[in-house]
Amino acid sequence: MQDVFIVGAAECDLGVTTKSILELQSQAVTRALADAGLTTQDVDGIATNGISRFSATQLADYLGIVPSFTDSSFAGGSSFEIYVARAVEALRSGQCSTVVISFASNQRSAKSRSLGGVVEHHTPEAQFETPYGPLFPLSYYAMAAQRYLHEVPTGRAALSEVAISAREWALLNPVAFRYGTKSLTPADIEDADLISSPLTTADCCLVTDGGGAIVLTTKLVDKKRGVKIIGYGEATTNTSMTSVDDLMVTGAVESGKRAFAMAGITPQDIDVVEVYDSFTITVLLTLEALGFASRGGAADLLLSGKTRPGGSFPLNTSGGGLSYCHPGQYGILLLVEAVRQLRGECGERQVPHARRALAHGTGGIISTHATVILEKVS
Amino acid sequence: MSFPYLPIEDAVSAPFWEGTRIQELLLQSCNVCSKFQHYPRALCSHCGGTDLEWQKVSGQGIIDSWTEVMRAPQEGFEAPYIIARVRLAEGPIMLTRIDGSSTKISCDQPVVLKWQPLSDGRALPLFVPVGG
Repeated sequence: MQDVFIVGAAECDLGVTTKSILELQSQAVTRALADAGLTTQDVDGIATNGISRFSATQLADYLGIVPSFTDSSFAGGSSFEIYVARAVEALRSGQCSTVVISFASNQRSAKSRSLGGVVEHHTPEAQFETPYGPLFPLSYYAMAAQRYLHEVPTGRAALSEVAISAREWALLNPVAFRYGTKSLTPADIEDADLISSPLTTADCCLVTDGGGAIVLTTKLVDKKRGVKIIGYGEATTNTSMTSVDDLMVTGAVESGKRAFAMAGITPQDIDVVEVYDSFTITVLLTLEALGFASRGGAADLLLSGKTRPGGSFPLNTSGGGLSYCHPGQYGILLLVEAVRQLRGECGERQVPHARRALAHGTGGIISTHATVILEKVS
Repeated sequence: MSFPYLPIEDAVSAPFWEGTRIQELLLQSCNVCSKFQHYPRALCSHCGGTDLEWQKVSGQGIIDSWTEVMRAPQEGFEAPYIIARVRLAEGPIMLTRIDGSSTKISCDQPVVLKWQPLSDGRALPLFVPVGG
């Protein structure tokens, strides 16, 4: 089978930009293409969402290209890991030759986020869940966290450590939203305002503008910066808050198994782990599901301090959605950071000798799961 | 507790909501695989069968998990209140509210059904801790 590489990766402006979605998209796409030594004229595949109903079409029109492959699948924050799988297949089949996967949001500038989420009145969830007034998606993650705390005595401390560790990484990342602030203590997390118990505002990701893009192709010109896609897998579990039987077991179990099987490696072979941290609980559940820890065991992993800078389990090295950037769908930025770590471009936060990285996206209410495993070429 | 959002029912779910008017909790049960499901669907989510019937269920359950919502998601809701996943004795999990104090509830606690009237004559199933 033909190898597929990520040859370009970039962020658009992050934080509070006051820019439109399409201006931020253009930044992400042109910067990622420049990073790859390519231009929009080389692109014949577009995968994106969050612009409009016809997102990929909209972006193609804006960029002035006529792609032979598009994908606007909407799976929340894991969409971009899912696009990697689709793009690899399209590139291998010859449907297209260069795919850009991108996302950008101006949600902080536009104040477009609400605590109740988007209610679609015709859905079963609107009929059987909305009347009770859950925060969306927060209350579902809160119930997962409550169950975690019920089963794992050190759970609360471990949730806090997820945020503390992310902050330590963000302090090393000049473009992180919380760069230049200070280290967190458990009290900073646990004494923050409760919003949907047991989660406090400090257990929740940022709400920022931002986004990024990656460029995929089968042609690798610069071997030194080459990053190969060696595995991917996905699993989709629920829209309802009641469909998943066990809140401690997520679809990442299956998506991870599929990705590791394709790559022919095990969790022990991964040097850098980038997992979606919409909320602190997401990280614990995902690490366990992917096989980095047993049920309840991610608490010990976090509390060992190994996930912080300099530790033996580098986790969310950009500072994550909690302290770096969370533009509503953070999955694209997991991939950007994984690529940069494998290329050795991360400055102070660089993980030494990083050869393999895993990016795992989670979307909706722990609904959509997609795992991508990357390997350095040289 | 305030419940400003009135659910829009459809042909499949109408019997559920009719049941709430006479305070009967009805769930779909599959005549092919004999399992219950909630929310109501046009097919059985366990086996794909389409021969479903409505059955009145016990109103007994346990709290699978819960959260106290401290900020209202939209106008009309009055926080704080407790949202929960209740595992019904018949199997399915319901999203609901617990009428009780957050200091006195926990995961795996038994609860029983209680009805909360809506402004249009229907009612929402809520739960209260057993003996609470």
